[in-house]
Amino acid sequence: MDLNMNVNAPHSMGTTIIGVTYNGGVVLGADSRTSTGMYVANRASEKITQLTDNVYVCRSGSAADSQLVSDYVRYFLHQHTIQLGQPATVKVAANLIRLLSYNNKNMLQTGLIVGGWDKYEGGKIYGIPLGGTLVEQPFTIGGSGSSYLYGFFDQAWKEGMTKDEAEQLVVKAVSLAIARDGASGGVVRTVIINSEGVTRNFYPGDKLQLWHDELEPQNSLLDILNAPSPEPMNI
Amino acid sequence: MNFMASKQPENFLLGPESDSQRTLYPYVTGTSVVALKYKDGILMAADMGGSYGSTLRYKNVERMKPIGKHSLLGASGEISDFQEILRYLDDLILYDNMWDDGNSLGPKEVHNYLTRLMYNRRNKFNPLWNSLVLGGVKKGEKYLGTVSMIGVNFEDNHVATGFGNHLARPILRQEWHENLSFEDGVKLLEKCMRVLLYRDRSAINKLQIAKITEEGVTISQPYSLKTYWEFSAFANPAQGAVGTW
Repeated sequence: MDLNMNVNAPHSMGTTIIGVTYNGGVVLGADSRTSTGMYVANRASEKITQLTDNVYVCRSGSAADSQLVSDYVRYFLHQHTIQLGQPATVKVAANLIRLLSYNNKNMLQTGLIVGGWDKYEGGKIYGIPLGGTLVEQPFTIGGSGSSYLYGFFDQAWKEGMTKDEAEQLVVKAVSLAIARDGASGGVVRTVIINSEGVTRNFYPGDKLQLWHDELEPQNSLLDILNAPSPEPMNI
Repeated sequence: MNFMASKQPENFLLGPESDSQRTLYPYVTGTSVVALKYKDGILMAADMGGSYGSTLRYKNVERMKPIGKHSLLGASGEISDFQEILRYLDDLILYDNMWDDGNSLGPKEVHNYLTRLMYNRRNKFNPLWNSLVLGGVKKGEKYLGTVSMIGVNFEDNHVATGFGNHLARPILRQEWHENLSFEDGVKLLEKCMRVLLYRDRSAINKLQIAKITEEGVTISQPYSLKTYWEFSAFANPAQGAVGTW
């Protein structure tokens, strides 16, 4: 056990982040673990950040870098909305993120997923990985936990899902990633954005489905030991 | 306790130089582009993959784009740098159009612009991490050129980037000839792309073939190639040599 745990290591969000479109809008999902080396600095972080009323961003990688980029883009979008006189489009938000990510590619270490709804294009998801490439996709995954989800999504993703199907897919996926990625954990947060508005949901760790080799949580061993013995059979 | 720098590997900038920017390594990359001249113009092929290291992460990336009226640009290497190059070219073409003088930049001019762009970035130790293929037709003249990330540029009857240099160019040297028909050109490109699919780890089986002629640019819809695995030696590798690895 390493007693010299590097608690001064830069805060990094190991993370699992997901963005998925459905017929009518988008669902964004993320875990809630922020780690500093091996220590979990925050077990209930909010990684899905608001940029405007209708556009949110999922953050992964360096906590500081992703927070700064989000703050700048929120600021730019605020001004842009005033000048434009109407809500900013998801594409504009995504391009602003890209601009910062690309032009500072040597210094930033953050992968972002921009998702939202606007009246021109409906629900859209944009992935902006390290380096500042901008890719519009029907769904995208990011963060260290995403490695465990490529196969899952290849199999489980379908075009034209309903809102509930999409959200359940996202929750299941983040939960699976948390099961295998040490850098992801905590709760699953989702944000659903459509023409009607924004809905934030919260799925605490103990309410998620159990996967392979996981056991039902108990209050104490004593409850198990003191459990009543099975009834004798009556033949 | 030591405060370690967050991501930079050992060979990165030392302290005082950290203001100046330099791309040291690509993140999301595209693999080979192959192109050849045929009877009516240029044919170019590229797959739709964007790799993230060894992960085949993005499978719907268009790596060939029309430029103005007369040119077609294909790129391998860092996709974000390719997207930036497209923005530069957009500005260039817009500026050219605003003259409204009946003239328009042809493929030779665009190729020259790209060469200067790539070479000057190389001189500042901040390259755009791409290998580009620029093809086009203007006033009946076919043009096919290439520029690398260090500014090496040349034109030829057939070009390729990345793995294509090693696997596709030998095939093209053998089988290319003047005045290929469209069908023969496509078949030749597909032969090259199939070999790349077999032998390039970062290739994916989803490609587009683009054509540029005097009339304009057409980029095909994405499609996949059939592959052959029925060699008996594939099914039974140890048949003639029992105990072989």
